[in-house]
Amino acid sequence: MKVACPTTLAEAISHKALGFTPVAGATDLWAHWPVRTANHDLSYVDLSGLHELRGIAWSAEHLTLGALTTYWDTMQDSRVNAEFPLLIAAARYVGAIQIQSRGTWAGNIANGSPAADGVPALMALDARVRLVGSNGERTVPLDRFYTGYRATVMGVDELITAILVPRRTYSFTAFEKVGPRRAQAITKVGFAVAHSADGWRVVANSMAATVRRCPSLEAILNASHPNPPAEPDLRAAASKDLAPISDIRSTAEYRTEVFARLLRSTLATMTARP
Amino acid sequence: MSHDTMHIAFTLNGKAVEIDVLPHERLLDTLRYTLGLTGAKEGCGEGECGACTVHLDGLPVNSCLVPTFQVRGRDVRTVEHLSPALLAPLHECGATQCGACTPGVVMAAAWIRDNSHLLSRFSIRELMAGNLCRCTGYDGIVHGVERLVASEQGAA
Amino acid sequence: MLRLEGLSKLTGAERYADDMPLCDFLWGMTVRSQSPRGRIVDIRFDPSVDWSQFTIVTHRDIPGCNEVYLIEKDQPILAATHTRHIHEAVVLLAHPDRQALRRAVGKVKVIVDELPPVFDPRAPLAPEQLQHGTENVFKALEIRKGDAAAALTAAPVVVEGEYATGAQEHVYIEPNAMIAWTDEAGVICVRGSLQCPYYVLNALKHAFAREADGVRVIQTPTGGGFGGKEDYPSIIAVHAALLAHKSGKQVKIIYDRDEDMAATTKRHPSIVRHRTGVTKDGLLLAQDIDIIMDGGAYVTLSPVVLSRGLIHAAGPYSCANVHVRGRAVLTNCIPHGAFRGFGAPQTHFANERHMDRIAAHLGMSPVELRRRNLLKKGQTTSTGQVIRDGVDRCELLDAALDAARYDARRQRHAEFNRAHPYLRRGMGVATFHHGAGFTGSGEDYLASKLAVAARSDGRVEVRSASTEMGQGTLTVFTTIAAEALDIPADRVVVANPDTHLVPNSGPTVASRTAMVVGHLIERACDDMAGQLGAARGLSSAPRGGAFLAALDAWGRENPGRELVGRAQYKKPEYVQWYDKTYQGDAYATFSWGAYVAEVEVDLRTFSTRVTDFVAVQDIGRVLNDTLAAGQVTGGVVQAIGWALMEECVWERGAMKNNQLTNYIIPTSFDVPEINVKFIQSPYAHGGGGAKGVGELPMDGPGPAILNAVADATGADPCELPLTPERLMRLIPSGDAP
Ligand SMILES: Cc1cc2nc3c(=O)[nH]c(=O)nc-3n(C[C@H](O)[C@H](O)[C@H](O)COP(=O)(O)OP(=O)(O)OC[C@H]3O[C@@H](n4cnc5c(N)ncnc54)[C@H](O)[C@@H]3O)c2cc1C
Ligand code: FES
Ligand code: FES
Repeated sequence: MKVACPTTLAEAISHKALGFTPVAGATDLWAHWPVRTANHDLSYVDLSGLHELRGIAWSAEHLTLGALTTYWDTMQDSRVNAEFPLLIAAARYVGAIQIQSRGTWAGNIANGSPAADGVPALMALDARVRLVGSNGERTVPLDRFYTGYRATVMGVDELITAILVPRRTYSFTAFEKVGPRRAQAITKVGFAVAHSADGWRVVANSMAATVRRCPSLEAILNASHPNPPAEPDLRAAASKDLAPISDIRSTAEYRTEVFARLLRSTLATMTARP
Repeated sequence: MSHDTMHIAFTLNGKAVEIDVLPHERLLDTLRYTLGLTGAKEGCGEGECGACTVHLDGLPVNSCLVPTFQVRGRDVRTVEHLSPALLAPLHECGATQCGACTPGVVMAAAWIRDNSHLLSRFSIRELMAGNLCRCTGYDGIVHGVERLVASEQGAA
Repeated sequence: MLRLEGLSKLTGAERYADDMPLCDFLWGMTVRSQSPRGRIVDIRFDPSVDWSQFTIVTHRDIPGCNEVYLIEKDQPILAATHTRHIHEAVVLLAHPDRQALRRAVGKVKVIVDELPPVFDPRAPLAPEQLQHGTENVFKALEIRKGDAAAALTAAPVVVEGEYATGAQEHVYIEPNAMIAWTDEAGVICVRGSLQCPYYVLNALKHAFAREADGVRVIQTPTGGGFGGKEDYPSIIAVHAALLAHKSGKQVKIIYDRDEDMAATTKRHPSIVRHRTGVTKDGLLLAQDIDIIMDGGAYVTLSPVVLSRGLIHAAGPYSCANVHVRGRAVLTNCIPHGAFRGFGAPQTHFANERHMDRIAAHLGMSPVELRRRNLLKKGQTTSTGQVIRDGVDRCELLDAALDAARYDARRQRHAEFNRAHPYLRRGMGVATFHHGAGFTGSGEDYLASKLAVAARSDGRVEVRSASTEMGQGTLTVFTTIAAEALDIPADRVVVANPDTHLVPNSGPTVASRTAMVVGHLIERACDDMAGQLGAARGLSSAPRGGAFLAALDAWGRENPGRELVGRAQYKKPEYVQWYDKTYQGDAYATFSWGAYVAEVEVDLRTFSTRVTDFVAVQDIGRVLNDTLAAGQVTGGVVQAIGWALMEECVWERGAMKNNQLTNYIIPTSFDVPEINVKFIQSPYAHGGGGAKGVGELPMDGPGPAILNAVADATGADPCELPLTPERLMRLIPSGDAP
């Protein structure tokens, strides 16, 4: 196993281009480490020394999360708490404190798990991913980041350097996670919902091969706004948008049913409000 | 298999240390097998149980998920660093039985005590959710932390 | 008294097996069969590995018998010709570098000619699936009282039910750990994480064809057991010893969590059928109960687990006609073994759920049904055992209902459930008992021995093989000895279990430690004090200050010597058990419990949360409030896990979700504070008046919680764990919130 510990982004990118695996909080990469001996033959580039990837910054248009921003960093930030409760709700559901203190939002995105909890919240807020590679920088909307199960548009030489979250006024946001227990749990059914002047966003996790937006659901929500759509319409739209599977953690049947029930109930809380 | 070692300097329990480590070493291994600090335990090696909890730059982390090369220049504190006097409330409340989870529980508890303002937003039960205990059913731990926090606030 | 070793655990100073500094040692690991059933035709070592660097052990390296020494000797230490489950050990490897070893394990292939396996204990057998006896039945047992068949025919009301429970993994937080070496005298030594030093000793004797003086077993601080370190450590100890024997070095085997979860025993899955005859006002007339337990691939402890399950199956109720049948059946799963409760949680679950079903059938309150049938003093259990002692069962039940504010809460729940769009609250009750000590003649056969030594340094040392694994043995033994001699606790030391130094006080299981072994301490103290009195020319055995004065004086005159008092188990005179008919006093006494659970079910997600839990019990005299309450809270939470979330997902007879990420046990955030109450009734033949407490709390929560879910939702759940996925199938879709 080889490890590079660069101090500049350029160095890190050149290592990545050579096939080194980036390490941020290591909460995905190092889980079961001793028994995953094949991974010990890989080469790694440590991002933790890159100051350029740190910090939470605000501009008129964006909240920018440096790629090393952890869940706990955001949970401790009063401004993020005030303006983006959706992010905080998601962060709080990730693992427990020992994971929140180390796990990064960017790692959650790059890891590409369909069960990721950070991704749906970010995607519902139309977050964009800043990628920097040997040929420069580009910004990709998070909802176009995944191309399939654990497959992304990230180039071999690219790193995520930051996540940009547009600042908008939201009339409604909600995050739901159903896991096998109340904390330290991998999501069986989950979604993030947001409504702003740009319309509805519904993003589901653990309901398909990737975390994904639900265009049919968004369409019927936009159409019926400000009323919630009828339940049969919700279910029909969900079945078009999603393709849940049965696996070691749950069943397709359960995921389908619970997604529909939770979404309906979540939307009801919105309309119940003044 | 390459055995190239890496040279690492960091602060451990308030003291500067410099050691050579293997690239694949986890902080948990370095502490236990290289430095002889066997307080932190390996309960799972997958980040679930929290028995390996230590403080990294003041935050609780699972040392089984920390590559040792990442602690260069940083501050690591282990259960061996805590003052035994602090542990009386946990002892009295029955926070330990078999003791396998205990060093991790104690590190999480000490962090809560040092950050008791968090208790306005989080319950002790939520903050302790990363420390699995199979013996106590948690009541002994939760009562112990309550008492620990109260004693700290009383002292302040 | 505070837990004696508590501070050492809290400060991280306690040294568990993997914490002990070792030099020049090898790590040991196990190559497993990978096939649920078949004939081993070859073992292939990948030529890319330099095997000369490794110590390699197969069945051919076993000096004695290739049998794990237990009830039956059907399980090989290392499979030689056949394999019966996927994780059966075939080859052992040792190497100084643990990572090199982990890689090497994957480079050994056991080639197996597959034979047809059995995975369902109820499926009809094809002849080629036979592996044990004529029906793959490890053990069949029966209890008869009165004439259940006739009484059922005559009964005005008959209620039937079938109940199932899943396997449960122990998840002690310290995985299995064992160190072995040969000492200068040639003695094969092991020290490690284990519950029963003498079980391990017997296993070593058998495997190495040695007498007791040629082998030695030392317990290290044990990070949880719950039955999981009752029989399995014998296998790991022999494995480590074989590697040490062959390599001439110290060998350490620490199971990774995934290996520990995959390869070691679990709680027996069960299927229990009830047919019960009752009068219209709820008096039990007949109980017909049929039990199947999935034993897994080898006999291990299944016969005794089955036996305890059978004896508790009819519950703490009086019924004149009872017929219980049970079978422990072979499947090609990893062997199921001891787990806190030892068969009783399974059968109590069925019976207590069934009581609620009977109550529903009769339109009667489940509390009232229980009140009418709970055993009263002088009445008999299914084995004809007369209830002689203990707190009245109805008093326990009332105390639990009171503490739970049962009636008031249920009323409020009714209103809440009408108004709430998707949350449903409910309450459930379970009343149950747990026999303390070994079943039937078990304690007689064990004939446990214990010694108490008065040492010339003025201290008294308790020597037993009973282990501390978190349940408080050290503290409780110290208390019992100090009370027996009326001396300060700091004059008492408890010897670390080491088979060279302590007599065989039996295994640390079956809630027997405080009651049975504790009582031996008292008797050995009597013996020792008598000897001291005689040595000092006193007219009686001294106690208190007189004892200390006598010991100090004797110690000054006899430096370096000790006076050893001894005791051996004698059953209380009233105890009569007939193994042939399964009649009589199955246990010297029972502990009793009445638990009330409150739950909240979310009809959007079908998840159940336990929101309140009351645990009232009679465990004899409480020797230490914190420790006893800790046993109850720990047991209740372990049972909450079993009831609601702990599901072993099986594939080809092996646990597929063998990771803590996917095998879900409760966190602190998932469980409420447990309201624990003891009603004390000192038991004359128990150490300090104690009965058993370790296992009782495992019996009640499962049924209490599922009864509460039934109350909340109107569903009729009959299977554990009641995961949301399972509950969803029981709730009609029309109920969508
Ligand atoms: C016990 C436990 C509980 C967990 N619970 C949850 C949970 O509830 N919800 C959830 O969503 N996740 C959970 N996780 C998974 C994990 O914590 C998160 O996905 C986390 O966000 C990963 O971040 P990291 O920084 O630790 O990633 P790492 O492990 O460092 O990396 C993950 C992946 O991302 C890549 N990567 C990281 N940073 C970059 C970058 N800047 N550019 C390009 N690639 C990069 C890495 O190469 C790797 O492939 C849990 C993990 C554990 C061990
Ligand atoms: S050993 Fe690190 S979390 Fe379990
Ligand atoms: S005390 Fe045993 S696991 Fe917590």
